[in-house]
Amino acid sequence: MENLQLPPKPEKSLFKKTRALIILLLVLALYVWTFVTIDIDWGRAIERSINNFHRVIPKLFSPDWAAAGEVGEAMLETIFIAFAGSLMAAILAVPLAFLAAQNMMGGKVTSTIGKWILSAIRAFPDLILAILFVVAVGPNAFAGVLAIAIGSTGMLGKMFSEIIESIDMEVVQAMEANGANKIQILFYGVIPQITPEFLSYAIYRFEVDIRASSILGIVGAGGIGTMIIFASSNRNWNEMGMILFGIIIVVTVIDFASARIRRKIV
Amino acid sequence: MTKNNSLTQKSIPLYPAKTKMQVTIIFLVILGFYLFSMIRTQEDMVGGISGALGNMYVVIEKFFPPNFTILSAIWDSMLETIKMAIIATTIAAIITVPLAVLSAQNITTFKPLYYLTRTFLNLLRTIPDLVLAVIFVGLFGVGVFPGILALTVFSLGILAKLISETIESVDMNPLEAMRASGGNVFQVIWYSLVPQVAPQFTSLVLYVFEINVRASVVLGMVGAGGIGLVLNQQIKFYNYPNAMTIIIVIFVTVLIIEYISNKLREALL
Amino acid sequence: MIEFKNVGLVYPNGTEGLKNINVKINDGEFVVIVGLSGAGKSTFIRSINRLVTPTSGSLQVDGEDILKYKGKNLRKLRTKVGMIFQNYNLVKRSNVFKNVLAGRLGHTGTLRSIFNLYSKEDKALAYNNLKRVNIDEKIYNRADELSGGQQQRVSIARVLTQKPNYILADEPVASLDPPTSHQVMTYLRKINKEDNITTIVNLHFIDMAMEYADRIIGMRAGEVVFDGPVSEVTEKTFEEIYGRAIREDDLRGGAEE
Repeated sequence: MENLQLPPKPEKSLFKKTRALIILLLVLALYVWTFVTIDIDWGRAIERSINNFHRVIPKLFSPDWAAAGEVGEAMLETIFIAFAGSLMAAILAVPLAFLAAQNMMGGKVTSTIGKWILSAIRAFPDLILAILFVVAVGPNAFAGVLAIAIGSTGMLGKMFSEIIESIDMEVVQAMEANGANKIQILFYGVIPQITPEFLSYAIYRFEVDIRASSILGIVGAGGIGTMIIFASSNRNWNEMGMILFGIIIVVTVIDFASARIRRKIV
Repeated sequence: MTKNNSLTQKSIPLYPAKTKMQVTIIFLVILGFYLFSMIRTQEDMVGGISGALGNMYVVIEKFFPPNFTILSAIWDSMLETIKMAIIATTIAAIITVPLAVLSAQNITTFKPLYYLTRTFLNLLRTIPDLVLAVIFVGLFGVGVFPGILALTVFSLGILAKLISETIESVDMNPLEAMRASGGNVFQVIWYSLVPQVAPQFTSLVLYVFEINVRASVVLGMVGAGGIGLVLNQQIKFYNYPNAMTIIIVIFVTVLIIEYISNKLREALL
Repeated sequence: MIEFKNVGLVYPNGTEGLKNINVKINDGEFVVIVGLSGAGKSTFIRSINRLVTPTSGSLQVDGEDILKYKGKNLRKLRTKVGMIFQNYNLVKRSNVFKNVLAGRLGHTGTLRSIFNLYSKEDKALAYNNLKRVNIDEKIYNRADELSGGQQQRVSIARVLTQKPNYILADEPVASLDPPTSHQVMTYLRKINKEDNITTIVNLHFIDMAMEYADRIIGMRAGEVVFDGPVSEVTEKTFEEIYGRAIREDDLRGGAEE
């Protein structure tokens, strides 16, 4: 074999090395802290699971068909909550998105304000919003609608503003050069570009909201969640099996339908 | 132009009559369903919508000012929630790897295996976090452990789907080259797939961590540990100023975590 | 030695990729396969390392029929037969050195390769090959920071690190400009002569085929329609292979630059 030479060592700056080391140590410390201080009572968990396994799991797989009617009705209410909430959010999100998009309302200031509003809304988990609205309008499905509407506005507003920021601005410039006014540009240059994606995201959000609204019942905001709480506190696992079955069917059907519609739109 | 554009411009006779008809019908159906939903969901509401607006004032009065003296007492629970999210995200990130590879069409060429994993993951994703928590609490009793399990299973479904989509979008050329130079399956994956997927993987794990922090609020409500447990107690006792403090703490924590993970993500990509 | 005996390949959708191919390629030859796109050049080349599998006949590499190879045998064959691709097929996010070391995968155990435990010899070999194609100063750059020609040189180094007896090159210069194309072909030619590695290259540029090949095989519609030393080839031969008059885009040009 010919005379082979080893490659030079890679040069890495001291700064990069130290930075990598510090990050590594921080992550390590975080994990050590997490696992050392987490309070899991293994003994009890194992003992409970041995006792409870046959009481819970087999029953989940033999749903209580007698409850089918009730589950169906609650699922329907869940769909109503999600639908009304998503539609409200889709409408509310539009002005906020235009505010937050950098290429629309002019200045960076309005865009920053818009983005802050949206991320503040998003920081509230749906359930917290539901708690607030249950206190405001009483424990009923409408509280759920409001919670979904506000919660989705945060997310949809963000998505919409990103869509607006990605449109082809040359079309807009061409119209400006034509002498079109702002409203005309909006209707002829901007809206045709954003409508398909807006619709697609709104429909996708409806998918997400079906899942979200199925849990709001635990704080009294209507839908199937109410049944979940009753079934769990009564330890009625057959009924829980039925509920689970209902949720899986509805979510699968809606996911499937929404995926097809979205594929057609975009 | 697609016909959807006419949704917003239907008063202008620029589009064929049939398209206009279709759009009008779709629009009316959506509107009708919306009105019906609104009526159905407001059926049991006392006082109607005007009463609700008045109530808003009552809410603010009830919740404010928040009682910040309990801050030190809820601190531990908030940390517990974060710890639950960390552990669950970590476990999910590990289990997700084989599942994501198996449910990526370009890697798993053996179709039955691909469809099996896909279906399993789709099924997993239909189950709400709350239901998982209720079932695990029923199995293991009240505590952190069922909460972690629920979060793990819940985030596994989301993470595996997102990562399998990332895998499906990688550049397949290097994989072919590694195969052509005699690498076995594991070497091909490690040398040409992992470097392509790693940054996106980390970013998605961070995203799922954010989701888990939010979700663990829900879990506490049914006895699965963390800050939700405390929040639930305060609400049951109608102790709204205390509840407001907890809500503010959650709000701030979520914002901070989002900020940190955004910074990390920017550094990665 | 590579020997195709009555080799045919029918794709699952029914199209015939190869029709009754009978070709013998001797050790140390530099063979260029020409033909229009879709003529079966790629299928021909990929049969040799079994990235595609012929459906009839027998294909012998060093006296063994490789068509029945599976698993370990197949990987062993592939370590012996290196391949260079049109799009370089480097891992863009990995650095050059790691990409070149990947050529040793077939010789390295799974665990060792996962933890980057390459022997000193392997590392030295990889570095030396980078030097041979004059790209050693880019050793720790990420692959996507390199130009197309540089990336193709890295992929040549990768193949050399594999220590193959045969090199297959599938349209190695199709994505490059004329001067870089000549540079890459020159390296391939040099390696062929210095290391006595049998080299089979797919090209659709007539002038490049004439300039670098010892022997030219012409393909049309999955069949070999010409096979002979470069001295026997004229413009008429190409017109027969292509089934039409020669056009300007069949030439790469730029040899003088």
